[in-house]
Amino acid sequence: MNNTSIHFLYNTVLKSPDKACAIDDQGTITFANFFTKAYCIAKLLGQQGILNQPILVYLPKGNAAIISFAASLLSGNFYVPIDIKSPQKRIRTILSNLQPRIVISSITLKERLQELGIPLQDIIFLENIDYTSTLFIEAMIEECKSMTDQIIDCDPCYIMFTSGSTGTPKGVVVPHRGVMDYIEWAIACLQVDNSDIIGNQAPLFFDNSTLDIYLSWATGATINFIPESLFLFPIKLIEYLENNQITFIFFVPSVLVSVSKMQLLSPERLPSLRKIVFAGEVMPTKHLAYWQTQLPNKSYINLYGPTEITVDCTYFFVDRIYNTEETLPIGYPCQNSGVIILTNDNRLAKNGEQGELCVRGSSLALGYWNAPEKTEEVFCQNPLQKNYADRIYRTGDLVMKNEKGQILFIGRIDSQIKHMGYRIELGEIETAADALHCIDKCCILYNQQSKEIVLFYESMEEQTVATLKKGLSEQLPNYMIPRKYIYLQKLPINANGKIDRKSLAEKLQ
Amino acid sequence: MSELLPILDSISPGTDFSQSQNFIDDGLLDSFDVVTLVAALEKKLNISIDGADVTPENFKNLETLEAFVRRYRENNGL
Repeated sequence: MNNTSIHFLYNTVLKSPDKACAIDDQGTITFANFFTKAYCIAKLLGQQGILNQPILVYLPKGNAAIISFAASLLSGNFYVPIDIKSPQKRIRTILSNLQPRIVISSITLKERLQELGIPLQDIIFLENIDYTSTLFIEAMIEECKSMTDQIIDCDPCYIMFTSGSTGTPKGVVVPHRGVMDYIEWAIACLQVDNSDIIGNQAPLFFDNSTLDIYLSWATGATINFIPESLFLFPIKLIEYLENNQITFIFFVPSVLVSVSKMQLLSPERLPSLRKIVFAGEVMPTKHLAYWQTQLPNKSYINLYGPTEITVDCTYFFVDRIYNTEETLPIGYPCQNSGVIILTNDNRLAKNGEQGELCVRGSSLALGYWNAPEKTEEVFCQNPLQKNYADRIYRTGDLVMKNEKGQILFIGRIDSQIKHMGYRIELGEIETAADALHCIDKCCILYNQQSKEIVLFYESMEEQTVATLKKGLSEQLPNYMIPRKYIYLQKLPINANGKIDRKSLAEKLQ
Repeated sequence: MSELLPILDSISPGTDFSQSQNFIDDGLLDSFDVVTLVAALEKKLNISIDGADVTPENFKNLETLEAFVRRYRENNGL
């Protein structure tokens, strides 16, 4: 019986030790070398006498980062990937919530770690580790198994921090069982095997990367970390996918839309690519149709799910070209994911009736780290089940089923948005803007048409955009910084005395 | 002042593009911005840009971008 998701890696390293496991701009690493390095770090973690504790991984995307993830798991702990480009203030908030005992990082980031106030004795610098091991892989695995024998499948595998509506990022705690069940479904459904080369786009602090990493560990496929800069220039991205014979991609729709907008495809392009999987935001059917028309012999798969259900809970193999006015279904529940659509009065919605998508099953997260109240609010008892404990997660997504029983995404019931694939709570941006001395009152809206975050603010006088952006960029990652800034002497107020968001939204038309 | 600066400012307000030698390395443009910038250049300058020409070399800084636009105008006889 496998108790942790690292068992995927045990099987693969024994079966295909010399196969390429991961490729980044530093080079290629085989499964055997990958595992040996992870084992050496794990041994060091084991010597710290910690078990089932969060290990903060403060590294850029690449082979070293996922080796550190594996090491955390091999030592019986769990990893927490962090966006190293995030402002120090945001990282400090996460650190203060998480209180990690150990940080894995690189000497090149030493200065930044010191600025964050992390004591040097709590940091493992990868450059200082001796990666030689005289043991055979089998013996290393046995040693790791003994380090993890106290860990069970419902213990945490990792924590991913997502935007929080009150201004504080929330740490979603995902258990081993969640990852194992999700990946077993993904292998069967997406038909990935060791001949695949997975082109990774998702940042490692974003749940989509879980699919890329664990598909590789579980099947022996190679994960290729596509250099981030290529996503700015779609032609370079296409060339990279071709030159590296990428067979499988799991991208956010924004990337596919960029390629479509630049009209870069033709039937002879991307010959190696077999599967184009997307999730993270709504895929515009107009741009999907462009891909389907230019590259008709590929599989297109739309996935949907919040971080709280590990990665995805529904899937849809695109069966035809959809018209611009049609909604692309998010499809059907994944194996082990129970999807129920609840109306306002907690009834099961009928086909054609809108309701909140709620999800249950073994891939459900354990809750939010160190936030029991927030956890109870959204991870709650299934109102349709009175006889035993049945936990569901209320996603806040408004959906309905069509006459074919396919689920369609309609929108949000709150102010969460998906922007460039990132899940953002507008409240987090509002909190950051409110903290600026030069702003008296503010309101953040998202313009769905232009895909822009807009800041309306009230102040003694109009501020320069540069001042506002500088203040916000000290608190928020780049993708959360508003694109438009609208100064008003007085923000409109509705009958309840609250900021009149409706009237502000009209100004965006 | 370069005619491109107001266009760049509409893409990323408040960002000083005039001093940067490398928009990408300096973090002035993200992937969403590049696509939006291409659309804005096409609309405001009445040119049609080939996606294959949207490269790091052409979009490196104000100077390279100006040269890029100039080439398009010459080719289009504008």
